[in-house]
Amino acid sequence: MAKTILIRIVRMVTLIIGLSILTFWLIHISPMDPVNAYVGGDSSASPEQIEKIREYWGIDKSPAEQYFSWARSLLQGNFGISKLYRSPVISIIKSRAMTSFALMGTAWVLSGSLGYLLGVVSAMNRGKPLDKVIKWYSYTLVSTPIFWLGLILLIVFAVWLRWFPVGLAAPAGVLDSEVLFIDRVRHFVLPALTLSILGVANIAMHTREKMIDILNTEYVLFAKARGESKWQIFINHGFRNSIIPAISLQFAYFGELFGGSVLAEQVFAYPGLGSTLTTAGLKGDIPLLMGIILISSLFVFMGNFIADILNMVVDPRIKGDG
Amino acid sequence: MNRTEKTPLLEVKKLEIGFTQYFKGTQKRTIKPIADLHVDIHEGEIVAVVGASGSGKSLLAHAVLGILPGNAICKGQIMYCGEELTDERKIQLRGKEISFIPQSVNYLDPLMPVGKQVQIGLEKSQAKKKQQELFCQYDLQENTSNLFPYELSGGMLRRVLFATSVREGVRLVIADEPTPGIHPQALSEILKQLKKFADAGAGVMLITHDIMSALEIADRMAVIKDGRTVEISEASAFEGKGEGLQTDYTRRLWRALPQNDFDLEFRAEGGTELCP
Ligand SMILES: Nc1ncnc2c1ncn2[C@@H]1O[C@H](COP(=O)(O)OP(=O)(O)O)[C@@H](O)[C@H]1O
Ligand SMILES: [Mg+2]
Repeated sequence: MAKTILIRIVRMVTLIIGLSILTFWLIHISPMDPVNAYVGGDSSASPEQIEKIREYWGIDKSPAEQYFSWARSLLQGNFGISKLYRSPVISIIKSRAMTSFALMGTAWVLSGSLGYLLGVVSAMNRGKPLDKVIKWYSYTLVSTPIFWLGLILLIVFAVWLRWFPVGLAAPAGVLDSEVLFIDRVRHFVLPALTLSILGVANIAMHTREKMIDILNTEYVLFAKARGESKWQIFINHGFRNSIIPAISLQFAYFGELFGGSVLAEQVFAYPGLGSTLTTAGLKGDIPLLMGIILISSLFVFMGNFIADILNMVVDPRIKGDG
Repeated sequence: MNRTEKTPLLEVKKLEIGFTQYFKGTQKRTIKPIADLHVDIHEGEIVAVVGASGSGKSLLAHAVLGILPGNAICKGQIMYCGEELTDERKIQLRGKEISFIPQSVNYLDPLMPVGKQVQIGLEKSQAKKKQQELFCQYDLQENTSNLFPYELSGGMLRRVLFATSVREGVRLVIADEPTPGIHPQALSEILKQLKKFADAGAGVMLITHDIMSALEIADRMAVIKDGRTVEISEASAFEGKGEGLQTDYTRRLWRALPQNDFDLEFRAEGGTELCP
């Protein structure tokens, strides 16, 4: 087990190194010139500042040397300075990550628990109308693009019903310290709802399959023969055998969750990592772009890593043979 | 005891079980693994149900317990204590008056410690104590109760399955092949336990294809073949050349056992399953 974990960690580190090389290379061959992009039309940049930027990127050196000097500063936590926001990338990421993680975390928990519940109910009522409704709902959602769902919610709840504001994490024109908690919540609900509703389908369908498999096992047959009720069968055997695969699936879902949040944040003008990523990309803010790509990949890798570990732990038989 | 006069504890008459299956996508057909099955068990009696693998023994047990798969169609009559054993009564009685020892150790939950599995169905306040007593009785070490099924040997798991069947107020025990793959000493222990159930007044249905060990404890033997009851005879009729047996099939089955004169012809005809 320890060995397997070690292998996974090594694999994760290699992936991240590979990814950083790829990112670097993509930006290297792209027509964006870091110095130019950074300074842009801003003529106020002094020659010393420009020199500093050149140094950070190692413009005069070979690409390999450039990469290593860049990677070295990354390791020291220096992600460079964002051109757009004129502040260190790392601090922008930190503040945006909090807004994004609140969004994704809520969606993750909500879609996870609701999806699991729906999957279980569906499986336990297999073939009945309730099952058909849940199945129909999930299949429809799986094929729904997130921005489309986001727009629908926006039109219904923000434009028609006026229950929620149309965009931004806080009302415009109000100082950050004066934003009321309730306002934050109001701006948070629709994007979170969009992300959660979509996440439900995936976990619900997987849980349904898993539960149906479990209900067909011999140990559930035996449980029935021993007089256990439907509810007892779920508590004693169904939950026990399905919950860890479900949680692990949710962790493996981090990638799609992040992808979904990029789109949802765009639709709702919610200033998290996702919308910042889009802006950075469009405006050619290279340090910010690379910083967000690396951090979010780390996040997705972590999700997959945890999913792998859980999958190993779920089955004590595997734990047994080391 | 005069069996013929008392109402049997369990009486299965003209049992038929069929399955509807779909093949080639849409075409429907029915297969009928059980066509005409009879068996009756009295209180305190052990009836062995013997038959080759695939003859329908497990289906018989599952029909009595009401755990047949959803696509099964079940006809005929199952009486319990003189009253029809309806689906509702099956649900009420199983795990209480009717207890089941399944055919394979896969019937245990792979993710639940075995001690806990024995405690299911016991009264909460005494479950732990009762389970410890049962483990002691079945020669399972105290500390095995926290282990998962994969950590126990096949023989130990058999004994765990046995322990799950011991409940106060059990009147009918259905044991589906509790003996294969078990070493001789554990085998005799299991037979002794079944005998104990009967001595306590319960009826026991012992499903097996091991005729010799069934004869050690059974009062009567029901022989089934391809889903039909061929013959039900006193265990004492299984001796010598089988003169006391009713049908030719059973006689030849009996004679084909290695202990007897080893009817090679019968073995060649496919009776091998029952003749190790
Ligand atoms: N769910 C099922 N669907 C179709 N056929 C089945 C099903 N369960 C059992 N059978 C058939 O019924 C016959 C009897 O099975 P079973 O009672 O398990 O035999 P055994 O005497 O070995 O316990 C077998 O031929 C098997 O193929
Ligand atoms: Mg069987």
